[in-house]
Amino acid sequence: MTRSLDQKPPRRWFLQTAVAGSGALVLAVTVGPMIARVRRHQKIRATEASTGIFRPSAWLAIYPDDRIVLTLDRVEMGQGTTTSHAMLIAEELEVDPAWLEVEHAVADRRYDHPEFRLQMTGGSSSVRTSWERLRYAGAVAREMLRAGAADAWGVPLAECTPRDGAVHHDASGRSRSYGSLTRRAATQPIAAPALKPPLAHVIIGTPVNRVDAPPKVDGSGVFGIDVTLPGLLYAVVVRSPEIGARVVSFDARAATRRPGVVAVVQISTGVAVVAERSWQARSAAAEVNVRWESGRRDIDTPSMTEQLRRLAALPGRPVRNDGNAEAVLNEAAGNYLEAVYDLPHLAHAPMEPQNCTASVKDDRCEVWAPTQAPGLAREVVSSTLGLPRDRVVVHTTWLGGGFGRRLAADYVLEAVEVARQVSRPVKVVWSREDDMRHSMYRPQTRHLLRAVLAADGQPRAWHHRVAAPSLLAGIIPSWMPAMTPDAVPASVNRQLGGVAERAFEGDWVADPTSTEGASDTPYDIENLRVELARHEAGVPIGFWRSVGHSHTAFAVESFIDELAVASGQDPFLYRHQLLRRAPRHRKVLVAAATAAGWGRPLSSGRFRGIAQHHSFESYVAQVAEVSVTDGNLRVHRVVCAVDCGRVINPDIVKAQMESSVVFGLSAALKQRISYRAGQVEQSNFHDFEMLRFDEMPQVDVVMLPSSDDPTGVGEPGVPPVAPAVANAVTAATGRRIRTLPIERVLEGQT
Amino acid sequence: MAWREPNATMAITFRLNDEVVSLDDDGDTPLLWVIRESAGLTGTKFGCGRSLCGACTVHLDGRAIRSCSTPLRAVEGATVHTVESLSHDRSHPLQRAWLEENVPQCGYCQSGQLMSAAALLAQNPSPTDAEIDAAMRGNICRCGTYLRIRRAIHRAAAELQRGKA
Repeated sequence: MTRSLDQKPPRRWFLQTAVAGSGALVLAVTVGPMIARVRRHQKIRATEASTGIFRPSAWLAIYPDDRIVLTLDRVEMGQGTTTSHAMLIAEELEVDPAWLEVEHAVADRRYDHPEFRLQMTGGSSSVRTSWERLRYAGAVAREMLRAGAADAWGVPLAECTPRDGAVHHDASGRSRSYGSLTRRAATQPIAAPALKPPLAHVIIGTPVNRVDAPPKVDGSGVFGIDVTLPGLLYAVVVRSPEIGARVVSFDARAATRRPGVVAVVQISTGVAVVAERSWQARSAAAEVNVRWESGRRDIDTPSMTEQLRRLAALPGRPVRNDGNAEAVLNEAAGNYLEAVYDLPHLAHAPMEPQNCTASVKDDRCEVWAPTQAPGLAREVVSSTLGLPRDRVVVHTTWLGGGFGRRLAADYVLEAVEVARQVSRPVKVVWSREDDMRHSMYRPQTRHLLRAVLAADGQPRAWHHRVAAPSLLAGIIPSWMPAMTPDAVPASVNRQLGGVAERAFEGDWVADPTSTEGASDTPYDIENLRVELARHEAGVPIGFWRSVGHSHTAFAVESFIDELAVASGQDPFLYRHQLLRRAPRHRKVLVAAATAAGWGRPLSSGRFRGIAQHHSFESYVAQVAEVSVTDGNLRVHRVVCAVDCGRVINPDIVKAQMESSVVFGLSAALKQRISYRAGQVEQSNFHDFEMLRFDEMPQVDVVMLPSSDDPTGVGEPGVPPVAPAVANAVTAATGRRIRTLPIERVLEGQT
Repeated sequence: MAWREPNATMAITFRLNDEVVSLDDDGDTPLLWVIRESAGLTGTKFGCGRSLCGACTVHLDGRAIRSCSTPLRAVEGATVHTVESLSHDRSHPLQRAWLEENVPQCGYCQSGQLMSAAALLAQNPSPTDAEIDAAMRGNICRCGTYLRIRRAIHRAAAELQRGKA
C-alpha cells in the first residue's frame, strides 16, 4: 500500500494527535494540560501549555530550552528502533537525530501498535508501521514552528526555512531556535503538511550512528535488572521442577532465619524469597522446602515426537489447495519423493534474564520491566490487582534482548504477586536456569513433504503437511482484553477471549502462524496443497524470532533442494525457474548467488548451500559456505541478500542481518530444548549453546535498492539460515539433514 | 566509601575503580552482586551465574574474571575494575571504537565484552583475529555482534599503537 505524498495523511494519525493533546498522562511528571483539537479539513490547533512545552503529537515534545524529546512507542531490544524512529522524525523536523532525547513511552493506549491494537513491539513491524506517521509527526511540528516564526516576524510563511533546529528568514538574516518558538508554534493552525520527496532525504537512507549506543558502552544504560528504588527488596522464586506442578505446602523456617530475608511468600508460580539483597534471597531460596503436587510427568520429548509422527501421518486441515495435488500423488502410484523434517523446541535465552520491579500500593501499582508488550503488562497487572488501568503505570527499560520471549507477561505478574504481599518495592530476578526451563518455547514441529516430478524434473505436485501446535490459541485469551478498547467490560473480554480460544481449539480456524512460510510458498507449482495438523503439546510455547517461518522455511527450502538434487539440477537454477511468478524473491536469490560466486569453484573442502525465504514482508536469500571435516561442521561464510523495501539505515539493516545469521546458526547447529518426565533437561549456556567468537563466519550483506515502503528487518534474516547450511552440508557430505540441530545429527545422536 | 551491611559476617577491604571499599558481608557473596547492589555500579551484568557467558566480566588486579563466580572473600586486598572505570566520558579507545563500529545492539553483554577486550589489549597490544577469538570466546552475544567487536578491537589496537608511536 503506497500513498502518494501529496495525499492527505491517514486519518488515524490525526485522531491520535487529537487524543495526544487531551491528557498529559504519558509524561505526567512535569506537564500541564495541553489541548490539541483536530478540526475539519485536517487543521490542527494546539493551545499553549503553561510550561511552554510544545507537544504537537504523542511522540514529540519541544522544550523552551531547545531540548527535543522523542517518546518511543516501541521498545529497544537491539533491533535499532530507537535510531530508526529518531531518524524518521528528525528527517521532517530538520534536526540531527542525535539531538533527540529518547524516552520509552509508559503503557498508554495512545501508543498502541496500529495493527495489533496493543502497545507492543514485534513482528518486525516497527519501521513499517511508523514510517509514515512519524514523518508526519515531524512535519506537523516543523510546519507549526515555521508558522510560529512567520507570525513572530510578520513575514510570509514561504520565506521561513526550517534548518538545523531553527527557523531561518534568510532575506533578513534572522533566525529563531525551535525552543524559542514553542509558545507561538502551539497556536498555529496549519494545513496538512507535505512530506519531503525521497530524493530530498538527507537522513533517511544514511548510516546514522546508533543513538542508543553511548549508554551501552559505559555501563550507564538502565536495563530492567538495573532499576533501583528507595527501599527496594530483591526476590528469588523457587519454581516447580515439573511443568504444571503447584505448591502443596512449604517450610520456610530455615530460609527465614537467613541473613537479610524479609519474607517468604507463595505466588502462583512457586514460593518467593524476599530479601534485602539478591544474593541473600538466592542463597536462602536453596533452604526453602517446598512440597509440590505432581506435575505433568507424562510430558517428554520422545512422546511428543511420537505424537507429531502420528499426526503427520494423517490428513490435516487444508490451508492452501491449488489444483489437485492429492489426485496427482495418487496417480503417481508411489512414484513420488517424500521427506520428513523435525525441529525441536527452542528457548530464546536473551542475555538479560527475565526480571521485573514492582511497587504495589492500595490504589496504585507501578512496574518497571524489560517488556516487549507494555500494553499487555498493564492489562495483566490491572486484572490481577483489580485496579483500573489508569492506576497502573508500566515503565519500560532497555531490553537485554527480546526475540519474542518478552511478549509474555509472566515475569511481570510474578513481581506484582510478590510486591502485593510486602510493603516495599520488589525486584524479581530469574536465574539463567529459571529462564532456560520456564520459557515460552518455539514449538517442536514435524513436516511431511511429498512431490511428484515431471519428466523435466519440475514438480507437478507439492504436498506439505505441518504438524504444529497453535500459538494463538494459548495467547488470544490473555491478549484479548488488552487489545479491545478500554470501554469494553472485562466480562465481555473474557467471553471474546473464550470464543477466540475455542475457535482455535475446535479447529474452526487454522492458526496462520503455524503454516506461515509454507502456505504462501512462492514456488510456481500447479498442484499445491498445504495442511495443518494441530498438535496439543501441553508445554508453554510462544513467539520466537521469526515465529512460524523459523520452522517452515527449513522444511520448504530443504525439500526444494532435495527435488533439485533428485532431478539432477542446480539448486539455484531450480529455484530460479520456480520463482517465475515471484520477481522479488527471484531478485534476492540472484543477488545472493551472485555475491557468493555461485557456480564458481571454491577452495578445497568447501561447499555451498542456498535458501530463500519471504517473511515480515521482506525477502531474504542466503548462501552458506561450509566444510565438514571428520564430522565437524564449520560455517565459513554466509552471504545474505535482502530486499526490505526502502532502507532507512543501511548499517542497522546490515547489523540485523548479521544478528539473524548468528541467531539462526546457533539454532541450526546447536540448540534444542527437550523434556524428560515433565522437566526441561537443559539449564544454562553449557547445554543450550550459543555460537561463540571462534565459530563466527564471515557475513556479507547485500541490500537491494528499492523505493517501496520499508518492511521488516529484525526477523526475516533468520529463516533461511538453517536450510542454507543444511543444504551445504548435503553438498559436502551427500547426507541430507532432516533434523535439527545439525551438530547433534553429525555426532550421531539422532 | 564504606557500607554497613544489615547482616555483616566478615569485613572485606578492596579497591573498586580506585576507591577503597570496606564492607561487612557474607564472604560467599559473588563479587557481581556486591558491585551491583552494594556499590551501585550496575554496568556489570548478570547473565548465567556460572562463568558461561562473560556478561559479568571485570578486572581483578588487571585480569579479566567472571564476577558472578568470584566470591567476595577472594578480592580481599585486591583491585577490581568495572566498565565504569574505562573512562568518565566514553573516551577509552575501546569505547570509541565500539561507537565507531556501532557495535551494541541490545547492549546487555557489552560491558563484559569491553572488559574482556580491555584485558586482552593490556596483554597483547595488537592481537590477530585468532587471538581475539581465543580471548573473547567466553563472552556470548545473543544479538551476534561478534564481527563488529572484532573490528572494534582491531581499531582500538591500532589507535593505541598510534598513540604510542
